[in-house]
Amino acid sequence: MISAQDISVGYDDRLVIQGVSLEAGPGEVLGLIGPNGSGKSTLLRTLYAALRPRAGLVSIDGDPVTALRGTELARKIAVVAQETPSDLPITVADMVLLGRTAQRGALAAFDREDHRAAAQALTRVGVRDLADRRYATLSGGEKQRVLIARMLAQQADHLLLDEPTNHLDIRHQHELLRLVGQLGLTTVIVLHDLNLAARYCTKLVMLQRGRVVANGTPDTVLTSELIREVYEVNAERVSLGAHLQLVFSPLEEAVTVS
Amino acid sequence: MSSVTEFSDLLHPLPAADDLEHDRRRRRTRRWLIGLSVLLVATIPVAVSLGPASIPLETTARIIGRQLFGLPLQVDWSASEESIIWLSRVPRVLLGAAVGAGLAIAGVALQALTRNILAEPYLLGVTSGASTLAAAAILFGFGASVGSLSLTGSAFIGALAAGVAVFLLARVSGQMTSTRLVLSGVSIGYVLHALTSLLIFASDDPDAGRSVLFWVLGSLTLATHGSAVLTLAVVLATLMLLLYWARPLDALAIGDGTAQTLGLSPTRLRAMVMVLIALCVGALVAASGGIGFVGLIIPHVARLCVGTAHRRLLPVAALLGGIFLIWADVLARSVLSPQELPLGIVTALLGAPLLFLLVRRLNPTQ
Repeated sequence: MISAQDISVGYDDRLVIQGVSLEAGPGEVLGLIGPNGSGKSTLLRTLYAALRPRAGLVSIDGDPVTALRGTELARKIAVVAQETPSDLPITVADMVLLGRTAQRGALAAFDREDHRAAAQALTRVGVRDLADRRYATLSGGEKQRVLIARMLAQQADHLLLDEPTNHLDIRHQHELLRLVGQLGLTTVIVLHDLNLAARYCTKLVMLQRGRVVANGTPDTVLTSELIREVYEVNAERVSLGAHLQLVFSPLEEAVTVS
Repeated sequence: MSSVTEFSDLLHPLPAADDLEHDRRRRRTRRWLIGLSVLLVATIPVAVSLGPASIPLETTARIIGRQLFGLPLQVDWSASEESIIWLSRVPRVLLGAAVGAGLAIAGVALQALTRNILAEPYLLGVTSGASTLAAAAILFGFGASVGSLSLTGSAFIGALAAGVAVFLLARVSGQMTSTRLVLSGVSIGYVLHALTSLLIFASDDPDAGRSVLFWVLGSLTLATHGSAVLTLAVVLATLMLLLYWARPLDALAIGDGTAQTLGLSPTRLRAMVMVLIALCVGALVAASGGIGFVGLIIPHVARLCVGTAHRRLLPVAALLGGIFLIWADVLARSVLSPQELPLGIVTALLGAPLLFLLVRRLNPTQ
């Protein structure tokens, strides 16, 4: 379980997150949504202790994250963050093996067991045959799967993902999020696409200017009124099978769904 | 048909014993390590026997055997041959091996720290710092009474001072990113380079200007048994520490965020490795001047052999760097014999085409 209690986070003299609380229970997929600059990524970074909150407490399974040492934390939480790609020709196998650092500590050599765990993780996300390819040569969808494989090799039971569907086409967006859901781990995920959030998250927290404006199931959070207020667009709710689907239009235009 | 399986197949039972061909990877690394070690050991006596005064390999081996192991061999060589081999070329070749290995591992570490495949020891301004103070020592002869020791000392102090300056400049409110490191290294380097040129320009002794240039371009002529052993010790210690940090370096090479989420502390690690490299490169430059290209090229060649994981990469790069510089020095002292070429010219002439080939190979879309 990941929980944040009344946290405030800031850079220099500016508070980016103010008095935010959230809780992702075992196996839940919690979506963080909100417009650009609403503090989603900052909040996520605070959850894995890359940032320290000015006030409030982040805890994982009851332990405050700031009290956990680096690898202790890495055994509990695995992260897929936005990162500028490196120039160096790193292979997929080495990339995934790195996830084992959390289990082995920073200094021990990787043994056969680590290689097995990496192979299993690659197989689980369907990219075992990419093991000897250079990471930089993969497509966007393949890269995201490799990063997920690294998270799996890390064997943490909490996952944090920062806009993992960026740069993916529609099919790969759905595939990725379905995979994340199937893992059955406690997950916090920053998403821009509200329809993806509605479909794949069990719970949503909507942020606006660093504060929580709504918190609950997708059905209760994604109301036309709230979306109009927070995103300043019109949103029409339609049902697509069992799923909630939103159709957006600029405020100046009226929405008509036929 | 894509090589990736469909998602509906995912999360199915896993094959039992797939270990990413762990044994094959280990064998490959071991083969490179053994092969290159043998090559290095074989290179040393051969390189010692080569030079303006060519001395047969057998005689070379006997002189080394007598001096090093005290073997009771009959002396059928001249005193000058013995002195050329034992007092001049043996330390020179050993120093070459140490400097080549040191520059190569420094290059590996810096490329990981900066995540930039063009990083090399020059980048940190450390070499320029050494050159500036060495030029001052040669041209204006402060401490001339202690001779080459003052040159080495000045170079080392210059290297460290430049390293510290780059470090302080790159560190803003406790954070040191790879971009800042590159930018501050480049700007300090330019300033120091200009200072060195100014010193040469201001000096009215043309010969001194030439000897500064010779030194700036790198040379192993000042090698002594003492400097060779000392440099070897520094390089081995650096290699050991870098191997100790091999995994953190792997993570840093991917990104600070990755390192952090794996439980490592990128800023602290970068600071520690950076200090280590400044000390090591300071010692190398003090012993041999500013030899370029080795620290840039060898890491790339080593990656082609064993991949990017630093535990495998560092020792292979060290061996390759040592072998490369020994042979570059053999060329430097043989090509225009009896005149000697600055070593930096040879490494640049050998290294630049190699870099060009690598750049073509490194095309990320292939």
